[in-house]
Amino acid sequence: MTTHKDTSIRTPLGRARGLGSAKDGTHHWWVQRVSAIAMLPSMIYLMVNLPTLVTHDHDAFLIWLQQPLPALALGLFIASAFYHASLGIQVVIEDYIHSEGQKIALLLVNKLAFIFLGVAAIYAVVRINFG
Amino acid sequence: MQNKARPLSPHLQIYRWQLTMFLSILHRATGVGLAFGAAFITWWLLAAQHGPKTFDRFHEFSHSIIGQLMLAGWLFSLSFHFLNGMRHLVWDTGRWLSLKGAYASGYAVLIGSVLMTAAIWFYAGQ
Repeated sequence: MTTHKDTSIRTPLGRARGLGSAKDGTHHWWVQRVSAIAMLPSMIYLMVNLPTLVTHDHDAFLIWLQQPLPALALGLFIASAFYHASLGIQVVIEDYIHSEGQKIALLLVNKLAFIFLGVAAIYAVVRINFG
Repeated sequence: MQNKARPLSPHLQIYRWQLTMFLSILHRATGVGLAFGAAFITWWLLAAQHGPKTFDRFHEFSHSIIGQLMLAGWLFSLSFHFLNGMRHLVWDTGRWLSLKGAYASGYAVLIGSVLMTAAIWFYAGQ
């Protein structure tokens, strides 16, 4: 490393590997936007139906959710919003956790937690519809 | 492999606080808050599926003082993250990137998210 004037933004490891970029730098950025736009129609639909959505009346809530449009909107919202959330938390972990082991562990917890939460929420919607 | 001579960008303790950085930090903070809110959405739906008693228990929590504070915080986070997200999407097309555009849209988003929070709160409770 002493042969180089070390004012470059590249890390010594990066220079030694000499591989350049991974060529997929925009993928995460792009799906973050796609998932944001994807959740908009279902989110607006749910907002319009908010007075029904927050009801305490269990029967009324189930009857509402057993209709095709509410069930679909909720399912689509959960899929797109939870995916969007896991992408966002991933960047936060990558930005602030510098220990490689901790980072990989937290990234794994993040992915698994959102898969679990999303599958559980959609399972509930499906069970309410098909008992 | 650490090289102390590598250039560092200026960071939070050096910059004077300004609207644009505050909104950027708030976007991330509200995003993290909303991500934790996902657990409550799942809880709410599983409770509805489980039965009336479990559903009641969820609403007992959501109507407690802590629950209402969390709900208000969640609503503001949703409103702000939604509006500021729109601002990001406009930036992605190359618009509003001037100092004036960033500040005008920034103030609009901040005021808009307070209004949106209040509007949704009263609309939902009608």
